[in-house]
This record gives sequence, structure tokens and C-alpha cells, in this order.
Amino acid sequence: MLLRKTTIVVLAILLCLSPAVLLAKPVYKIGGIFSSTGRASFLGDPEKKTMEMMVEKINAAGGIDGHMLQAVIYDSEGDPAKAVSAVNKLIHKDKVLAIIGPSTTPTTLAIVNFVERAQLPLISCAAGVKITSPVKPWVFKTAQSDLLAVAAVYQHIQARGIKKIGIITVANSFGESGKNQLLAQAPDFGLEVVQAESFGAKDTDTTAQLTKIKSAAPEAIVCWGTNPGPAVVAKNVKQLKLDIPLYQSHGVASPKFIELAGDAAEGIILPTGKILVTGLLPEDDVQKKILEDYQVDYQAKYKGNVSGFGGYAFDAVNLLAKALKGSNGDKNKIRRALESMAHHVGATGEFNFSAQDHNGLAPSAFVMVEIKGGTWKLIK
Amino acid sequence: MQEIIQYLFSGITTGAIYAVIAVGLSMLYSSTELINFAHGEFVMLGAMAIVTLWVHMALPLPLAFAGAVALGCCMGLLFERLAIRTARTPQPIVLVIITVGASIFLRGVAMIVWGKDPFSVPAFSRHDSIEIAGAALLPQSIWIVGAAVLLAGGIHFFLKKTLTGKAMVACAVNKKAAWLTGIPSEKMGILAFAVSTGSGAVAGIFIAPITMSSYDMGTMLGLKGFCAAMIGGLGSLWGAFAGGILLGVLESLGAGLISSGLKDAIAFILLLLILYICPGGLFSAKEAKRF
Amino acid sequence: MDDNKKKQWTENTIFLVVILGCGLGVDNTYYLQIMTFIGINTLLALGLNMLMGYAGQVSLGHAAFYGIGAYTTAILSGTYGISPWAALVCAVSCAVFIAFVVGLPTLKLSGYYLGMGTLGFGMIVNILFREWSTVTGGSSGFVGIPMLEAGPVSFMSGRNYFFLVWMVVLVAVLLCRRILSSRMGRALRSIHDGENASLAVGVNTHFLKLQIFMFSAALGAVAGFLYAHFVMFISPESFGFMVSVKMVTMVVIGGMASVWGALLGASLLTLLPEVLHGFAEYEMIIFGLILMVVMIFMPQGLTRGLLDIYEHSRKRDKRHGN
Repeated sequence: MLLRKTTIVVLAILLCLSPAVLLAKPVYKIGGIFSSTGRASFLGDPEKKTMEMMVEKINAAGGIDGHMLQAVIYDSEGDPAKAVSAVNKLIHKDKVLAIIGPSTTPTTLAIVNFVERAQLPLISCAAGVKITSPVKPWVFKTAQSDLLAVAAVYQHIQARGIKKIGIITVANSFGESGKNQLLAQAPDFGLEVVQAESFGAKDTDTTAQLTKIKSAAPEAIVCWGTNPGPAVVAKNVKQLKLDIPLYQSHGVASPKFIELAGDAAEGIILPTGKILVTGLLPEDDVQKKILEDYQVDYQAKYKGNVSGFGGYAFDAVNLLAKALKGSNGDKNKIRRALESMAHHVGATGEFNFSAQDHNGLAPSAFVMVEIKGGTWKLIK
Repeated sequence: MQEIIQYLFSGITTGAIYAVIAVGLSMLYSSTELINFAHGEFVMLGAMAIVTLWVHMALPLPLAFAGAVALGCCMGLLFERLAIRTARTPQPIVLVIITVGASIFLRGVAMIVWGKDPFSVPAFSRHDSIEIAGAALLPQSIWIVGAAVLLAGGIHFFLKKTLTGKAMVACAVNKKAAWLTGIPSEKMGILAFAVSTGSGAVAGIFIAPITMSSYDMGTMLGLKGFCAAMIGGLGSLWGAFAGGILLGVLESLGAGLISSGLKDAIAFILLLLILYICPGGLFSAKEAKRF
Repeated sequence: MDDNKKKQWTENTIFLVVILGCGLGVDNTYYLQIMTFIGINTLLALGLNMLMGYAGQVSLGHAAFYGIGAYTTAILSGTYGISPWAALVCAVSCAVFIAFVVGLPTLKLSGYYLGMGTLGFGMIVNILFREWSTVTGGSSGFVGIPMLEAGPVSFMSGRNYFFLVWMVVLVAVLLCRRILSSRMGRALRSIHDGENASLAVGVNTHFLKLQIFMFSAALGAVAGFLYAHFVMFISPESFGFMVSVKMVTMVVIGGMASVWGALLGASLLTLLPEVLHGFAEYEMIIFGLILMVVMIFMPQGLTRGLLDIYEHSRKRDKRHGN
């Protein structure tokens, strides 16, 4: 421990003395707002760590056009009011060039007006469709919209010849946005939602809702939520001996879900970013190399597994770094560079931003996986 | 029909959880006239302790169980000694805020100790769900209901039949008079706290297998526990027990027959109705009174 | 009595000067915005303080009125395009009406029962905000609340909004003091000291409590209005149980039954998270500890507690002098 600390100190001193810094141009300050504690910490925590790691890495490689990056990160705790005070701090006190985050849809929507007013690029890591539709000039996002996730799930259901489905969604912004998409897109795939139920994020039991769904006799169930609720749903589905396919959302696409649901996870099908199944991807997949590198770096630094959520921040930092190049710290230039970004291959998918699309992802950003033998299996 | 039975089974399971929590709260109230807003956090401590002791350290279940309960009791003891006893003016509002502070504090500590991720605990007995009239009943549900009955019965026996328990009730009725008759009222307060938080930990241990445990699981459970205790009548053990079961069943029926989105509202609407119509609770003769 | 009036007068003048000083002297928008939040929280604390500190009634669901104010103005001005100022009138009357309907049976309760009753009410309102998604935007929140404008003055800039909020706070402070020094104020305090005694001397305690409940609901709604148009986005989480607890904490930490205590409590609770940011993971532990320690050692709140310490040390000095 002591040794490690000394090494860090020595390294820091060396870094300060290195000629690059002595001749340094002013640092580029970039802000981060993540819900690193609180209910959505499973999103914010890996995002924050990833951002810190990426900034370190970019600086070690000489920064951007000789400018070092400095990350100023605040915790929103998933609370819109805290996100607002954080965004004001970043804009007016820290005077950052751009902001990455927040992690959740409500916190993002809460700060959108402030970044628009201050004319500052924001790259959100939240899933909600409302963030980029309608398009706001200064707001981008790297997380796949639930629009795409629902489309991926429905495609799979349709291919199986299923017509009637029941849905069960968590009563928070993630579940609600998912529910709206599930209901809105069902007719496009020739599906009928026979029963729509919801459960509380902290519910201990969901058998009542599932019983109601069961009585409507659907051919498949789609559950939309983030850990731990969907694991409870998975367990309850097994307990009620519901012998129909259970689909989950990308919100539970992490090894934690398999651990939580245990045996009940078997046979569950869900959409996920490719990050979860890096090892299973074919060699010619353009994202494979990027994902592997990210994974190795992250594991070396934090000794934990990567998640798709950290991937959103990974892409956001990379996109921003690309946009910062040659911008000279001009926010308008950064924004324009972001908007015209094309064929940027990231951890989440290939980004093609345009004036009409500030998310820039295609449905191919998702792959469908099935849980078999306690691990993921790529479908198709 | 089959659905109704299933709703009842689910309701009784969740209801039993609420009942255990409510019994702990009610017991503390009947012996110290205090409402512990940190009670949900002790439930969380119990659940997290069983995760560490049983799942991670692989201790035998009875030992892990005892360890988790002991942890709950000890934390309750410390809490009483350090925070409640030291309060300069033990007015209810002050004590309520102290317990709210303690709940935030305990949540913070748990977040540091166990991290932010949820954990899962295997069921105590590995059986398939039992089928009765087409409805599935979990073995763990039977465990929970059994625990609730045992706990309520045990505390009832303790308060009504043992000398220590009677002394504890005496302290609640009139502290000074109890002290005059030679009851060590301070010790009784501590004991009441330890038993109450210990029972909270028991609730946590039993629900850990049917749900997911995380550092922030306690708040909502604690609130529902209050509702149950209020519905049954504060200070009445069997009232709290019945209130818990009633609340669970109504929630489950409400989720099934009305709307699952409004499920949480049912508990609170019921609470308001009870408060407006018979504020003493359904099963208590006592009148609602001032602090 | 005259002395007292003079004292109040000076206090108010100092307050006004401090507001003007802060508003004109501080240039950084971040600090102005923090102070705006303090102002909004002060309004909340003031309202609740009237109820808790003076009338002696606990409310654990007061965030509901804050939310009702915010959602009413959001829906009326955002969805239906009504002028925000007209929406303010609706928001306040709506909150007052609901306070009347809810307060009628609830305020008959007391002690823990009252606490639980108000808690239940707060939870139900919050669930409504979440579930009535076609109107409120559900848990993703309500987007599209317009900016405030008054003729040629736009409140877009941080400074204008700061002045708007703090002028409202000033008016609220004056209003509270006016009520407190009236016959009603004396009757209120009598309830706090002993409800039965005040009943005996002919105070209609239930009606009085109801009036104060409605007044504090109105202040909450005004705060909600200001919050909604400041952030221009609201979601149910901002009006949940923890917010109610935070409001009670502001009142209690600042000191009950003290107008300035509300200001102190609101400032502390708004600034604390900003300061604790550096502690990241430990923020909750520290926040909980502060809450407990203040309540254990200064149950009258910081205002009274610090004054006590000051007076105590002065007394001791005097004794030493003798």
C-alpha cells in the first residue's frame, strides 16, 4: 500500500517535471456528472471510473494538441436538483469546455436547459429517448435509446412467431420510457400487448403482477428494468412455473444479473451492447479490438469487470477527445465537430451523428444474447 | 379463483415481512414510547450480514443467523447508548430527527462496507414451490410466516409472562414510578432497543432469499412497517402482526385487481383511512394521543 | 413593545441590505444560483416553521405542497400555455385548497399519528405525480416549462432570478412576522405550549391549525413555482419523502420558532452537500452524523444552541470577573 502510494507520488512528480508539461498549453477542463452514489450508482460508478481512466490515458499519450485534459467530476446521486447545482458549478465555477453525463434520464433532462443556455456541449450517458428527440443543438448522447433496444427485442419475438406478449416494467424513468416504447412499437411488429404491469424498484415480490399477466395468457413476457428488480421478476416467473419465454432489457446486461437471478436466469433473452460478449464476437467485428482494450485497461486499474454503462462514458470521452482536436477550446467548433462525427467506432456501436440525429446509433448496436449455463450466449 | 389464491399467497408472504418489521417497531414503542425511523436500516443490516456470513464466509446457517441477529442487537445497543440516551432533551420530535439521522448514517456505512451492488441469497431450504389449488407457494414464504408468528409470539410471551418483560412495560407506562419500585429503567430501555433492532435483523435475514439485498433496501420496508404498525395500532404486538398481514394482502390484491402502479399508494391510503376513522388502529383499544 | 418593533425593523433592513449586497456584489453565476436555491429552501423552511415551530404540528409530507405548486404551474404554463403568473395564482389556490381538504381530518391527529398521516399524504401525492404520466410526464419528468418574464424584464439571467426569489423571501418573512405579532400569533404559541389550555381560554385551535397549515402550504407552493421556472424541469424525485425529511431537518437544525432559524437551516442544508462533495462516498455518513450530533447536543437548533453557548461563556466570564 505504502509502496503503491510512493510510486504514485514519484510518478506524479515525474509527470509534473516532464517537458511536455513545462511547455504546456492551458489545460482543457472537461466536466463529468455521474450518479456515482444513490439508486443509480450501478450506472454512475463505472462511468465515473471510466472517465477518470480515459482522461489519464489521453494525458499519458500527450493530451490533445498538447493540451492536457482535466476532468472535474461531480456526483448527482441521481437527484435532478443536485445535477442542476453540479452543472452550474461546472459551467460557471470550473468553466469547463464540455460536460459528460449525467447517468440517468431525469438528471439529464434537468440540466439540458442550462447547457443550452450556456451553449456548452453535453454528451449524456442516459438512455431516455426524450434527451435527443427532439434534437437540441448542444445535447448528444452515447447510450443506445430504448427505442433501439425495444426494436431489437421485438424483432426476435416476431421471428419466433409470437403474437401476444405481456410486459412488466419498473416504476422509474427507465421502466417508464421502456414501457412507452414497448406499447408504441408493438403494432409495428404485429404484436399485441395483452397485459402491462409495473413494479416498484425496491419491491420484494412481483408474483401478484405476474399472476395477472399469466391470466391474460401471453406467449412471452418482456420485463423492462434495472437491477435488482428484474432478478426478482425472473425468480418469480420460475416460481409461478410460467413456461413462456422471458425477455429482459439491456438495463440488466451485466454479470451481476446472472449472479442475482441464479438458476432463474437460465433461458432469459436480452438485448445488450457488444461489450458484454466481447469474447464471443467474430474476429472481423470492428468493435472487438476496442472493447478488448477497454476491458484490459479497466481491469488493470479497477480490478472489476466492465459494463455497458462504463462503455457509454468510454465513448463519450473518446468522441469528445476527437471533437476537441483542432478546436482550440472553441465550444462552437467542438459542437460542430461532434455533429459531423461519422463512422466513429466505439464500445457501444458505430456513431454517425448528424443535425437530425444526436444519438447516432443504429439497431446493430445491439446483439441478442441468451443466458445459458450461467453465462451469455450470442444468438444468431 | 386460482389467481385470487395466488394473490393471497403473495400477499401473505409480503405481509409477513411487514409484520415482522411492524412487530419490532411496535415492541419498541410499547416499551419506550419511541418510534425508530432507522428500523428499516436494521432490517437491511440483518440482510447484509447474512450475505457476508452465510454466502461469502460460508458459515453454517444457524451460526450465520445468530451472528447477524447479534450484529443487529449490538448496533441497536450502541445506537441507544450513543445517540438516544445522550440526547439533551428527549422530546419526540428531537428523537425522531435523531433516528432519521441514524438511518442516513447507517445507510452510508453500509454503502462503504458492502458497496453499492445488490446481493442475492439462496433459499434456506432447496425445495420447489409447492402447488396448492393451482397457485404456487414458496418454501421461503412458509419460513417467513413461521418466523413472524414465532417472533410475535416470543415477544408477546416475553412482555407478558417474564419479570423482565413486565418491568419493561412498566417503564413505558411510567418511567419514574417504575424506577421507584426498583426497576432499572435505563437497562430496560437498552434491552428494549436491542430486542427491537434484533428482531429487525431477523426480518432482514428471512427476506434476503426472496428478494435482493442492497444498502438502500431498508427505507421503503421501514415505511411499510410503520404503516402496518399504525394500522394495527401502535404498541399492540398482535395488532402490528395483523396489520402487516392485512397490508400485504391488500397490496397484493390491489396490484392484481386494480393497478400495480398504484400498489404503493394502497398502503398509504389505507393508513390515512385508518388514521381518520379509528386513529388508535384496528386492533388497539388505546386512543391516539399526543407525544 | 416599541423596542421590539425597532429591533425587528433593523433586522429587516439588515436583511434587505444583505440581499442587495449579495445580489449586486456577487458576480459568479454559480454562487448566485446556489443562493437562489437557498432562497427557495428558505421559503419552504419558513412555511414549515410556522406549522412546526409555532403551531407545534409536525408534517412529514410537506414536499407534497412544494410538488403541487411546481406541477400546477408546469402543467398550466407548459402544456396549456397559460401565463406563468396566472399559473402561480392557480398553484397557490390549488395547494391551499388541498391543504384545507387534507388538513381538516389530518390536523385532528397529533404526535406520531399526525406525522404518519402527513407522511402518507406526501407519499400518495408523490405516487400520483409518478403514475399520472399523461399529465405529469411520469417518472421521466416534465419537460418544457417556460422561463419567467414580467413585461420587459426577463428572468433568464441568474441575477434577476436571484432578486425575484429573495424579494419573495423578504415578503414572506415580513408576512410571517406580521402574523406572529398579531392576535393569531399569540394564539398559535398558546397551542404550542398547551393545546388544552388554549382551548379552555377560547381559542379555536383546530381552525387555527388549519389556517396555518394552509398558509404553509401556500408558501410551499410558491417555492415550488419558483423552483419549476428556475430549473425548467421537474420530476417526482424532487418532491419525495426524503425532501420532506430534509425540510423538517432544515427547520429543526436552524431552530424551531425562529424566522431567522429557517434561513440558517435552509442555508446549511443547501450548502452542506456542496461542501461535502469532496467526501464523495462518505457524504451520507457525515450528513447523518451532523444531523444526529446537532440534535443530541443542541435540540433547540443551531441558532438557539450557539446563542446558549455564547451566553454560557459570558456568564462564566462574569463569574470569573467577580
